[in-house]
Amino acid sequence: MGRPGGGIIETIIINVLLVFMVLLVLALIRTRNLFAVIVLSGLYSFLMATVLVALDAVDVAMTEAAVGAGVSTVLLLGALNLCKSEEAKTAKRPWLPLALSATTGVLLIYGAMGLPDFADPQAPIHQHVAPRYLQNEVDIPNVVTAVLASFRGYDTLGETTVVFTAGAGIIALLRRRKRDTDAK
Amino acid sequence: MSSGGVIEHFSYIVTVFLMVAGLFIVIARGNLIKKLIGLSIFQTSVYLLYIAPGKLLGGTAPILAPQYSIYSNPLPHVLILTAIVVGVATLALGLALAVRIREAYGTIEEDEIVARDNAIEDAEGAGS
Amino acid sequence: MQNDLVLRVVGKLLIPFILLFALYVLFHGDFGPGGGFQAGVIFATGIVFHALIFGLDNTRQAVPDRLVESMLAGGVLIYAGVGVAGLLLGGNYLDYFVLDKNPVIGQHRGIFWVEVGVATTVSSVMLKIFYMFASRGQREGKEE
Repeated sequence: MGRPGGGIIETIIINVLLVFMVLLVLALIRTRNLFAVIVLSGLYSFLMATVLVALDAVDVAMTEAAVGAGVSTVLLLGALNLCKSEEAKTAKRPWLPLALSATTGVLLIYGAMGLPDFADPQAPIHQHVAPRYLQNEVDIPNVVTAVLASFRGYDTLGETTVVFTAGAGIIALLRRRKRDTDAK
Repeated sequence: MSSGGVIEHFSYIVTVFLMVAGLFIVIARGNLIKKLIGLSIFQTSVYLLYIAPGKLLGGTAPILAPQYSIYSNPLPHVLILTAIVVGVATLALGLALAVRIREAYGTIEEDEIVARDNAIEDAEGAGS
Repeated sequence: MQNDLVLRVVGKLLIPFILLFALYVLFHGDFGPGGGFQAGVIFATGIVFHALIFGLDNTRQAVPDRLVESMLAGGVLIYAGVGVAGLLLGGNYLDYFVLDKNPVIGQHRGIFWVEVGVATTVSSVMLKIFYMFASRGQREGKEE
């Protein structure tokens, strides 16, 4: 475990970043201007990518920075431009949703208290298939790529098909037929 | 191996908070774009739920090198990596639906859409 | 934005490197962070950047819709084709060990082509989505 005390500093960094995320989400809930909301959600994605780097998930962090902060911000701005909706209206009385969310949150936290401690090496997640993946049977240093394409190739084939289907769905929804433009 | 302390479970508590905040935005806000952002916050909380338990203190990213011996668990990374890309594709699908709704109804506020639907139904009821 | 000299020059300088970085992420995915998903998204963002600076019509001439749509299906077909290649060489579906005499090289080959398929589909889906949203806004603007 390297230097003594390194674990404590790592925990502090991760927890401080998590507190930032909480604050950002609170700001996001309160903001009404949709343009500001979209910029805040891009910021949120960058912060999430930072947290993921701190959690050693470098591949995921790279994807989140490119997808969450890059592509989805562009798409949200494009959709906002098409919808021409500047500001979300004030909700009248959000007490019922608030009570519902708070109850769900309390129940989930009560359940989460029974989960293994953060970074516990004896937790079941580290005992099951992960040690075998880390034995490097296919001679590829990046274990994430090896598991993604080789061990779990069927999963990834399914995910690629889902992405393809979503693309096909968007083409079906937003395509303009020539007939329509002629009629106008 | 659970000691039940708040500090040991802080990442789970934040995860639950983000999840609940996303849920709150989805049910309490009427604007469809805001709803979709709430949905994506909900989704991001799931990334944390998967990745945080795989972390090992003093470990490194799961890219094998002879000088390291402790690696964080690579399996959640694989699952979430694909989930992010699928997430943006479905977000775009939702936005496409919102754009079509805007073209059909002239608004993306939920209550106005419902009001217009009711008005059309009433008109049809009076006509027949 | 299309008449801004600084943006045009910086864009011309940066776009080749963004596309090159995407290819690096794809081919170096075995050894460092990266892979098909990231490479596809980065490649698409490079072209979206081009569209934002030089206008959608110019980008659509450089990267035509027909090409993007065939890449959309082509990526999934490359991926599924790797599985079929495994079947033809006497293994199971998506079995990479039979792709070469040396099973480890077979794994490398299989993973490489699978990543290429993923990157093709992801980049073209992202690009197509952007084209659909952007072109719809353009036409609405012209009608008004």
